[in-house]
Amino acid sequence: MNNNPLVEEISLDEMLVRHFETHFDFISSNDIPSVSALRKVAMKQFLTTGFPSGSDEKWRNTEIEALTEEHFNYYLEPNEPERDIEDMFRCEVHNFDTEIISMLNGWYLNSNDRITILPNGVVYGSLRQAMKQFPELVEKYYGKIGDITSNGFVSINTAMVQDGVFVYVPDGVEAEKTIQIIKMIDRRESLFVQSRNLIILGKNSKLSLMHCDDSINHFISLINTVSEVYVGENAHFELYKLQNLNNQSGLVNSTFIQQEANSTIKTNTLTFNCGMIRNNINVDLQGENSHADVLGLYLMDKKQHIDNQIYINHNAPHCSSNEKFKGILDDEASAVFNGYIHVARNAQKTNAYQNNNNILLKPTATINTMPFLEIYADDVKCSHGATVGQLDQEAMFYLRSRGISSGNARLLLMYAFAADIINQISIEPLRQRIDDMVKKRLRGELSVCEKCVLHCGMPEKEYHFDIDMSKL
Amino acid sequence: MLLNIKSLHVAINGKEIIKGLNLGVNQGEVHAIMGPNGTGKSTLAAAITGREGYEITQGEIWFKGRNIIGMPAEERANEGIFLSFQYPVEIPGVSMTNFMRTALNAQREYRGLPSIPAGEFLKMMEEKKNLVEIHSKLTNRSVNEGFSGGEKKKNEIFQMAMLQPSLAILDETDSGLDIDALKVVAKGVNELRSNDNAFIVITHYQRLLDFIVPDFVHVLYDGKIVKSGGKNLALELEEKGYEWIKEQYQATSEL
Ligand SMILES: Nc1ncnc2c1ncn2[C@@H]1O[C@H](COP(=O)(O)OP(=O)(O)OP(=O)(O)O)[C@@H](O)[C@H]1O
Ligand SMILES: [Mg+2]
Repeated sequence: MNNNPLVEEISLDEMLVRHFETHFDFISSNDIPSVSALRKVAMKQFLTTGFPSGSDEKWRNTEIEALTEEHFNYYLEPNEPERDIEDMFRCEVHNFDTEIISMLNGWYLNSNDRITILPNGVVYGSLRQAMKQFPELVEKYYGKIGDITSNGFVSINTAMVQDGVFVYVPDGVEAEKTIQIIKMIDRRESLFVQSRNLIILGKNSKLSLMHCDDSINHFISLINTVSEVYVGENAHFELYKLQNLNNQSGLVNSTFIQQEANSTIKTNTLTFNCGMIRNNINVDLQGENSHADVLGLYLMDKKQHIDNQIYINHNAPHCSSNEKFKGILDDEASAVFNGYIHVARNAQKTNAYQNNNNILLKPTATINTMPFLEIYADDVKCSHGATVGQLDQEAMFYLRSRGISSGNARLLLMYAFAADIINQISIEPLRQRIDDMVKKRLRGELSVCEKCVLHCGMPEKEYHFDIDMSKL
Repeated sequence: MLLNIKSLHVAINGKEIIKGLNLGVNQGEVHAIMGPNGTGKSTLAAAITGREGYEITQGEIWFKGRNIIGMPAEERANEGIFLSFQYPVEIPGVSMTNFMRTALNAQREYRGLPSIPAGEFLKMMEEKKNLVEIHSKLTNRSVNEGFSGGEKKKNEIFQMAMLQPSLAILDETDSGLDIDALKVVAKGVNELRSNDNAFIVITHYQRLLDFIVPDFVHVLYDGKIVKSGGKNLALELEEKGYEWIKEQYQATSEL
């Protein structure tokens, strides 16, 4: 297999299709048959839709063409790291011991040891290896939780993705350590990167997962990730997504979660930096009495753009969902929030709550927020609300009249606004670290750096605000 | 003179509210300002504390020998000016503790002092809380959020006690207070009162002045101080209302 990208100046979609046609056997060489079959279905779909564009209703407010029309390189094999890997992926948060999975440019790094089985039975590793070692599990869930035809990004991912993360928590097992997926993009050229995660939680199990998307240089990249999560009966799942990519890059992140009876999930999507981000989060509440917390915080500036599309599908009675996204937008940053709540006819006693709050620091920042509620059951409690505002000027004067500088007063108010989301991080050392990062971000001191974002800046040095935030 | 206001004119949205006001306050003095609703008392307080949107069209405000017009609000605060708000602002998500510590450290930094050690700070919080008889754990709550009207006013005096200003302006700190709370507020003021600082007490009621005895009473009307006197003037106003002041004022302004 030659490892050179196609060099002709053809469009990204054309290039991908050509790769698919020429190298299908290579792309699917690690597959189980069902995965190969899905590739063909997905490619057929992609050939009819292509990448989404502004004329698609659901992409109207995000100019994704700005990225899909760029020229990217796409590799069918891992490339050699260009710098010291150990150092890049080191992520030592004090008192926060995680199982680290390192992915470089979309490829699973620990190549010698691609599947780890912990003493308690938790399995994690590379998806392509999992197809060899756990074919039944992959077959049972892969492509079943996500709708592979929901848009061109999901289709092309399903058609061509070759690697990603597999996690399996067997029935009754509670994973003690958080599993942390660190995904770095680092290459001295523009890359289109795809990866696929399959996370399976058995009955009565528990897992918390962190998913860090970082870039550590300033080349344009476009990352297309699809994650499928199955949460079995009475299982509990937490997902923390940290997004810190450079101002040129794009990230399309599609997360599909299916919940069985009495299960709970909490997702917290924390966006610190990225040129353009699209987060699709789809939660199917399939079993009774399940609960979903879907939370997010976005802190954007310059010309950055974020688009959060949240789909909560109440398909069973007695379920509840709590959706809350907060954003602070500076400069010419723009954001989109669309919250879809779908309550099926039989999903009586549904309780669904949705909220999106925004602060626009400058008149040039924009937000487009919209709820979409489709309710077919009659015994339902559903509420939604959205706010868009500036920093409270009364509060600003009150703080300043006590001697607090206008800079610190702004920070206090912005931080107070964000704290609401940060405080819902249930892993304390992680909460503290994110807290530090938010303060840093709000002061404009968090940038794309050389390492895992949690490690950004000076990890040895505790980060201090002028203000003692721990007392909040 | 600690504060010296000379022929001050203040406009809001182009409308003149303060129309040539003179007021001198020395260290050690308590000045009461009374006057009908809407005559510019809070506007004067806003102008002294540097609130944006209050345009000083003419005049000077001298504080500790500096003309403070144009000085940012936080700098005035750090110079020692404090305002007890007529309507204290609720700030969800910012704890009282964090707020006070930030404010105190800003003041100390301004004065070239190091940050206050945590232990000392907490001790001080406790002490001042007791002074104003705040019994609840107010301090861990967000600034003024969900406080009752009375608690908000006590909280203003608490902050004053923490920051120990050299000029405190109390804007209707007594309104809405029951008699016990009123005494607490007065106690807070009297405790701080010394030969080095001064108070401007804006009030509609003589009652507060029984507890905080003023050296001077001024009547603000139509954006000016139209009458000044000793503490007995407050008693007279309580008894007779403002009609006679208005009549006197109109008579003189017609001259
Ligand atoms: N932000 C504002 N915009 C427009 N007009 C204002 C504003 N603030 C105050 N005013 C007007 O200025 C005048 C003086 O108001 P101010 O609040 O200073 O009165 P006051 O003497 O404190 O009254 P009170 O005794 O009721 O507290 C009033 O006519 C008021 O309506
Ligand atoms: Mg007033």
